[in-house]
Amino acid sequence: MLNSNPNRKYVVGGIVLAVTLVYMLRLFYIQVIDKSYQLSSKNNSQLRVVEYPGRGMIFDRFGKPMVYNEAVFDLLVLPQQTKAFDTMDLCRILSVDLMEFRESMKKAREYSRYRQSAVVRQITPEQKAALNEKLFQFPGFSFQIRTQRKYPQSVAPHVLGYVGEVNQTDINADTYYQGGDYIGKSGLESEYEPYLRGRKGISYQLVDVHHRLQGNFENGRFDTIAQPGRKLTITIDAGLQEYGEKLLAHKKGSIVAIEPSTGEILAMVSSPGYDPNELVGRIRGKNFERLMNDSLMPLFNRATMSRYSPGSIFKIVQALIALQEGVIDEFYSVDCNKGIIGCHNHPNAHGLREGIMYSCNPYFYNVYRRIILQGKSTSQFQDSQIGLKTWYQMVCSFGLGQVLQTDLPGIKPGLIPDVAYYNKWYGANRWAFSTIFSNSIGQGEVETVPIQIANLAAIIANRGIYYVPHFVKSIEGVDSIPEKFRVPHHTAIDTKYFDVVADGMQMVVNQQGGTGSRAQVPGVIVCGKTGTVQNSGGKEDHSGFFAFAPKDRPRIAIVAYVESSGAGGVYAAPIASLMIEKYLNGTITQTDKELAILEYKQF
Amino acid sequence: MANPRTNFIARLDWVTIILFLVMVGFGWMNVFASSRNEGTGGSLFDFSQRYSKQFYYILTALVIAIFTLTIDGKVWSFFSFPIYIVTLLILPITIIIGKEINGARAWIFIGSFSIQPAEFTKFATALALAKILSAYNFVVQKPRNLMTIGAVLGIPMILILAQKDTGTALVFLVFVLVLFREGMSWVVLFVGGLAILLFVLTMLVPIPVLLAVISVIALGLTWLYQRNFKFFYIGFLSLGILFGLASLASTYLGQDWSLSRMFFLASFVAFLIWLTIILRKRHNPLLLILLTWFGAILFIFSVDFVFHEVLQEHQQSRINNILGLESDPLGRGYNLNQSKIAIGSGGFFGKGFMQGTQTSLNFVPEQSTDFIFCTVGEEWGFMGSLMVLGMFSGLILRLIFLAERQRSAFSRIYGYGVASILFFHFAINIGMTIGIVPVIGIPLPFFSSGGSSLWAFTLMLFIFLRLDTDRYQIVS
Ligand SMILES: [Zn+2]
Repeated sequence: MLNSNPNRKYVVGGIVLAVTLVYMLRLFYIQVIDKSYQLSSKNNSQLRVVEYPGRGMIFDRFGKPMVYNEAVFDLLVLPQQTKAFDTMDLCRILSVDLMEFRESMKKAREYSRYRQSAVVRQITPEQKAALNEKLFQFPGFSFQIRTQRKYPQSVAPHVLGYVGEVNQTDINADTYYQGGDYIGKSGLESEYEPYLRGRKGISYQLVDVHHRLQGNFENGRFDTIAQPGRKLTITIDAGLQEYGEKLLAHKKGSIVAIEPSTGEILAMVSSPGYDPNELVGRIRGKNFERLMNDSLMPLFNRATMSRYSPGSIFKIVQALIALQEGVIDEFYSVDCNKGIIGCHNHPNAHGLREGIMYSCNPYFYNVYRRIILQGKSTSQFQDSQIGLKTWYQMVCSFGLGQVLQTDLPGIKPGLIPDVAYYNKWYGANRWAFSTIFSNSIGQGEVETVPIQIANLAAIIANRGIYYVPHFVKSIEGVDSIPEKFRVPHHTAIDTKYFDVVADGMQMVVNQQGGTGSRAQVPGVIVCGKTGTVQNSGGKEDHSGFFAFAPKDRPRIAIVAYVESSGAGGVYAAPIASLMIEKYLNGTITQTDKELAILEYKQF
Repeated sequence: MANPRTNFIARLDWVTIILFLVMVGFGWMNVFASSRNEGTGGSLFDFSQRYSKQFYYILTALVIAIFTLTIDGKVWSFFSFPIYIVTLLILPITIIIGKEINGARAWIFIGSFSIQPAEFTKFATALALAKILSAYNFVVQKPRNLMTIGAVLGIPMILILAQKDTGTALVFLVFVLVLFREGMSWVVLFVGGLAILLFVLTMLVPIPVLLAVISVIALGLTWLYQRNFKFFYIGFLSLGILFGLASLASTYLGQDWSLSRMFFLASFVAFLIWLTIILRKRHNPLLLILLTWFGAILFIFSVDFVFHEVLQEHQQSRINNILGLESDPLGRGYNLNQSKIAIGSGGFFGKGFMQGTQTSLNFVPEQSTDFIFCTVGEEWGFMGSLMVLGMFSGLILRLIFLAERQRSAFSRIYGYGVASILFFHFAINIGMTIGIVPVIGIPLPFFSSGGSSLWAFTLMLFIFLRLDTDRYQIVS
C-alpha cells in the first residue's frame, strides 16, 4: 500500500513519550517523594497468619449436643529456618510414617521457603504436649490449633454427613477456601456449610529477615478477625435416633419418623450405618475406603436413596384418589375374586374400611380400574390415557415421583409413570388398563423412597396437607428457617375423604384380622398399613410398614423398611410400634417385642 | 568509514544492537540479584539455578540474533503466512499436550526444558499483518479488509485466551497502533482508547470522582474552544444547581439515592438542556464535546451496571482478579503491595547491586519473571528506573525511526509491529509493578527470566534489523 500517513509517526511516538513521562513522574513520586515505602520496607516483610474458627456445633431438637469440636493441632514448618533434625524422633512422637513425612517436607519446600505450610495434620493434644517439650530441637517448626468433629452419641452418620479437606473443585468454586481448609462434604455438614464454617481470621504480621515476628502490619488495618461457626439445631430427637439405630442393628433397612404438624424429621435411620467418629482425623482415609468397599454399602442412605415398590401401602393413595374422583364411595364393596389378581384368604371386604383392613388385592384392582377407565372415551386406549393423566397429577400432589426439596443432599425422586412414560415404553395407543393394572397394588412401575412414604403417613395424619420434611430447626443468628419448610402443601384430595382411610388404617392395626396387629401400642390408637415389597431375583420380600399415631392429633408419622425379611407385618410393623411408643411415652413396655427384634440378625 | 550501500556491517543499526546488548546484560544482573537466594548456592555453571539457566538462554539468544541476521530479509516476507499458520497450529496442540502452570495451559515440556509457543505467535502475527497491509492498493478502511485484519489478529487472541493466558492475548490489541499508522481512522483509536481507559477507571476509581473529573475536563475543553469562560461558568453552575435539586428530590421523596445516581440524573437533565441550546445555536464543536461527555457518562454507568447487576459473583471476582483489585489465593493484591514497597524503598540511588532485601527475601513468586522491575527499582533506585525507562522508550522510538526510513511497506509495517509489541510489554509490565496498570502477567522484554520470551523478542527484533539492512532494495 502507499505510504499515506507519514505524519502519524508523531502521534505514535507521542504516545510512547507520554507513557514514559507518566511512569517517570510516578516512579519519582514513589521512589523519591513518598517515604512511606522506605519505612514499610525497613528490612521487614509480611507473614500471613490464618486463625481457624471452630466449626458450628450441632444440637438435637431438645438441645442435646450431637456434634462438637475437639482441639487438634497441625505441625507447621518454615523451610528457610529448619536445621538438621532427628526426623525419626519427630515421626515417632507424632506416630506418622517416615516416607509420608519426607514427602510433605518436600512439598512444603517446593511451595515456598519463606512461607509456612502444614506438614503433619490432626495431632492430638497428648502428642503435641510430648513434642512441645523438645520443640527447641526442631527449629522452624510450630503448631497451629485446628478443630475436629466429635460425635458423642455416634448416631445419624448419613444425616450429619462428614467434614473433609477441600479439594481443587471446592477451591475453584469458592474463593473463600484455600488448600488445607475443611469443608462439609455430605449431609447437613455440606448443606449448612456457609453457616457452620464461620469465617477465617487473617492477620498480616511483620517479620524481619530472620522471620521473627515484629507486630501487625499497618496496625492490623488489613486484618480480619475469625468468627466462630454458627450453632445449628436440628429436628432429630437424638434419643429416638439412637433407639432406631439399635432396633435396625444387624438388619438392612431404614426408618424415617416425621412430626406431621411441622414436617420436622424426628429420626432417620439407615442400616447398616457406621460410627461418624470413624470419618474424623487421620483415620478417615483408611476407614472411608473400607466403608466404600463394604458390600453392605454402609455409606448409602437407604432412607432417601433406596427405591422400592411401595406395595400395599400404595392402596391408601388409590383409595383417596378414587374417593376424590367420585368413582367409589366408602361403602363400595368387592368380592375377593382371586381369578383376576392373587390375594390371601380373608372374608369379603364390605366397604372401603374393610378393603384397607384386609388389604384385598381384587378390591384395589377394581378401585384403580374405576379411576383409570371412567368411560370418557369409547376407545379403551384413549380412556386409559385420560384416566392415567388425572391419576398421575393426583399422585404427584402427594409429593411422590419427585425430589422432596428437603435439606439433605442426594435424595432420589422415585418414579410415578405418566402417559408419556407408557407411550415411550409400549407406543401410543398400544397400552390400556390391562397393561398397567399392577400399579393398583403398588407393584408395577411405581417406585418410592422411604422418606416419601413417611411423608405420605404425615399427609394422612394431617388429613391432606404436608410440610416438606426437613432437618433444620434453627440456625444461630438467623430469624427463621427457610420459607419452603413453613408453607403447607395441599394434596389434590379433599380433607373429608381422609377420615375413612384413617379408619381403615386404624382397623389394620387394631381390628381382629388386620394385617398390622404387631404395630399396636398399649394405650395409643395407631393407624398403619403394611406394604410387602416383592424383591426381584426370587429372594425374600422386603417388609414395609407406615403409620401415624395417635389417630387424633397425630404426633408422629413413620415408615420402617426391613429388606428381605418377608411380609410387612412381621418385622417392619413391630419396629414402627416400638419407635412410636418410645417417642410418645419415652419408655418401652413391650419388652418381648423389643427382644424379638433385637434378636433378629441378618448379618 | 565503510559505505553502507556496500558494507553489511555498516548497514546494521548499531544503536539498536547496543541498546539490546545493554538491556540483556543489565537484565541478567537483576535476574541474578533476585534469584541468588532461591537455591542452596551453586556455581554459574550449575544449570539448576535460575540465573545460570538465564545465562544459557542469553547465549542462545545471541546465536539466534546472529543467525537471523544472516537470513535474507525476503524470506520473512515470502514465508510470512506459512510461519503465521504454523505458530497458530502449535497453540491448540499446546492446550492438549501442555502442562498447566499458574492456571494457564501455555507451556510445552520437552524433558526439563519448557517453551511457551504463544511468545512466538506475536512476531508471526506481525509478519502476517505486514504482508497483508503491504499489498498494493490495500486500504485499511474498507470493511472487507477490516474483516481480514480482524481475523488475523483475532484468531491468535482466541487461541491464546483458550490457554487461559489472558496477558499474552491482550498484547494483540496493540496492533491498533500499526493500523493507525497505516491509515485507520482517528476515531477508532480515540474511541477505543477512551473506552479501555474508562473501563479500567470505572473499576479503579470511585464513580462520583470519575464523573466529576470527566465533567471538569469537558468544561475545560469548551474553554479551550471558546477562549472565554462563559460556557465554563454556565456549565458548572447548571450542573451544580441540578445536582442540588437531585439531592433535594432524594431527601423529599424519601429515597436514599447514591451520589453517583444523583450525579447521573443531574447530568441527564443538563444534557437535554444543553443539547437544545447548542442545536439552536449551531455550535458544532461544542456538540461534539457534549456528546462525548455524555457518551462517556453513559458508558461508565453501563459498565458499572453490567458489572454489579448482570454479572454473577464469580465473574465479578474474576474481573477483579485480572484488574488486581481482589487478592486471590496466591495473593495478587499482596504481590502488588510488595512490589510497590520494593520499588519505593529503592530511593533515589537504590540500595546497590545485590543489596535489595525486599526482592531477594520476599515472597513474590514471580520476582525474577513478571516482577523483575522490582529488583531494578529497589537496587538501582530512581536512577536505575530512569535508565530502564530511557532505554525502552529510546529503543521503541529508534524502531519507529528505522521503520519510517524503509522504502518497502512490508518492512515499515513490520517495524511498527515490533515497536508496538515492545511498547505494550513495556507499558503494561512496568505500569503493573508501580500500580497504575492492572496486574496482567506479561514479561518485561530482555529483562524477565525465561527462555521463550527472550528468544521470541530477539528473533522479532533481529528480523527487523535484517530487513533494515536491506532498505536500499525493495522487499515486497
Ligand atoms: Zn382379597
